[in-house]
Amino acid sequence: MFFALYALTGIGLFVLGLYSLIVQAHLIRKIIALNIMGSGVFLVLVGLGGRTSSAVPDPVPQAMVLTGIVVAIAATALALTLILRVQAETGRTDLPEHTSEH
Amino acid sequence: MNTADHRALPKPFQYVLLVLISALACGLGYAVLSLPDQAIELKGLVEANLEASGVRNPVTAVLLNFRAYDTLLEMAVLLLALIGVWSLGATPMRRGADPGPVLSALVHGLVPMMILVAGYLLWAGAHAPGGAFQAGAVLAASGVLLLLTGKRLTARLTGRPLRIALLAGLGAFITIGVIVMPAGGMFLQYPPSHADGLILFIEATATLSIGAILTALFLGGRTVSGGER
Repeated sequence: MFFALYALTGIGLFVLGLYSLIVQAHLIRKIIALNIMGSGVFLVLVGLGGRTSSAVPDPVPQAMVLTGIVVAIAATALALTLILRVQAETGRTDLPEHTSEH
Repeated sequence: MNTADHRALPKPFQYVLLVLISALACGLGYAVLSLPDQAIELKGLVEANLEASGVRNPVTAVLLNFRAYDTLLEMAVLLLALIGVWSLGATPMRRGADPGPVLSALVHGLVPMMILVAGYLLWAGAHAPGGAFQAGAVLAASGVLLLLTGKRLTARLTGRPLRIALLAGLGAFITIGVIVMPAGGMFLQYPPSHADGLILFIEATATLSIGAILTALFLGGRTVSGGER
């Protein structure tokens, strides 16, 4: 049952991130929230990979998490550049509340 | 918008959201706790075929051999992200602070060490935790350090040499994947006798590319504008 500790912590991180993603308006805060959600998912995957008969964990979830980390980094870099662009265009670091069509 | 107003949602909605998210957390927690203690193990399969994979580290074997297609696409994702960043156009260049003599001297000492560590991690990946992505990350960290202390690639290097470094990993991966097809019959199915050498070659070029791509992602749209030192 030791794996459950890691998996439950991962779920905690995931829902914390999800809450912040919805509540926070600032775009960089949203990206940090997304990264925390991602870390939660990785923790769940690695934690559940420990459910083996021996002490050695399953290598397949670990390889999947390694892949996931790299994709998360690439997505974060792209998102940060998008924010820079939004800020350069509109001078704001959040998205407008109502999208009125003029 | 008021800078102090970080929260977009009005208070009542936040409480509703809190209840919904707590319910989600309980549901997910219940799902995890109700899982059987023994998973359907892929570990046995990996261990049974580890001999044929060319490496002794099971994680590297999964990444570079059994699930090599995932890793290939992952390299493509990195490259796509960089293309996306570059296609957003040049972001304004901000002048960094002067690094000062201590940081400059430190970086001069650190960067060769980091390149050495990256080389070790790459080599160790065959039998211990390590591999192309860890080595590439260390390499990228040394690149970011250099950028932060005001070092830039000369104009001669930012053109074709940089693009070759960015593409080398994916290019070598695809080339080897296709070359082994007459021998193995399938894309990326390495012949077991040559698997170790092929994996090391793919990992070495991937390390170079990952380091270059991550550093270029950090630099953002500032490499394409040209005209910097």
